[in-house]
Amino acid sequence: MIFLTRKAEFSSAHFYWVDDWSEDENLKVFGKCANRNGHGHNYTVEVTVAGEVDPVSGFVVDLKQLKDILEHEVIRVYDHRHLNLEVPEFRESIPTTENIAIAIWNRLADKIPNARLHRVRVYEMPDLFADFYGEQE
Amino acid sequence: MKAYLSRRYHFSASHRLNSPAYAEERNREVYGKCNNPHGHGHNYTVEVTVSGRVDPVTGMVCNLADLDAFAQKNLLERFDHTNLNELECFAYRVSTTENLSIEVYRIFAGFPGAHLERIHIEETGNNSFDYAGDG
Repeated sequence: MIFLTRKAEFSSAHFYWVDDWSEDENLKVFGKCANRNGHGHNYTVEVTVAGEVDPVSGFVVDLKQLKDILEHEVIRVYDHRHLNLEVPEFRESIPTTENIAIAIWNRLADKIPNARLHRVRVYEMPDLFADFYGEQE
Repeated sequence: MKAYLSRRYHFSASHRLNSPAYAEERNREVYGKCNNPHGHGHNYTVEVTVSGRVDPVTGMVCNLADLDAFAQKNLLERFDHTNLNELECFAYRVSTTENLSIEVYRIFAGFPGAHLERIHIEETGNNSFDYAGDG
């Protein structure tokens, strides 16, 4: 079994806010991330797939194909967008780094030919990242 | 939905690798330049990974501000700009990064906001150590 990782980047705006909470409560929990004018990050996503090496091609998956899937399913939708306002999955959930990792997993899970999605890692900044392995609990 | 959250913290400290169980010459042999009696220092990077259910309301595994405050009080204020050998936790243990990882794991195991998965410490750009508990 080999694990292969592809990285991609996107730059997006977001903010953290729970409608059912008062402004004070939102500020208390989310601090400066609750600014409703939003703020932004350069995100890095690492997608790791697991599979056997094809004895003929020597590939687990065709990297070009993985790049195209990532571009089509994720980057095209997230890059230079406001996640709260323009990406459908964040109408119902807050675009925290954790939820972004889960959302990217859901976008990719059944799209990878010949390999299994193993991990989605999302860096909000170099010192902060979230991993999702598809574990439901 | 279970997710893993990792946060990196930085501190600078000095230390000297020297085991009281070894004679002077043996210490020099085993630890090389790290045995320099005057000590030396590093910029350490600590990566803390915690896990848990993503709260359906906040979208978070744990509140980062809580983790940062815990790290500030229990990690950075204790270790930053210190000589590790002078700290109580290294009174009877060599201040290798292996032992540092175990001590930092013990510290973050006390973080009440999420389950601690792993401590990863980079001593230099070329050395790193992981400890995920013995369980």
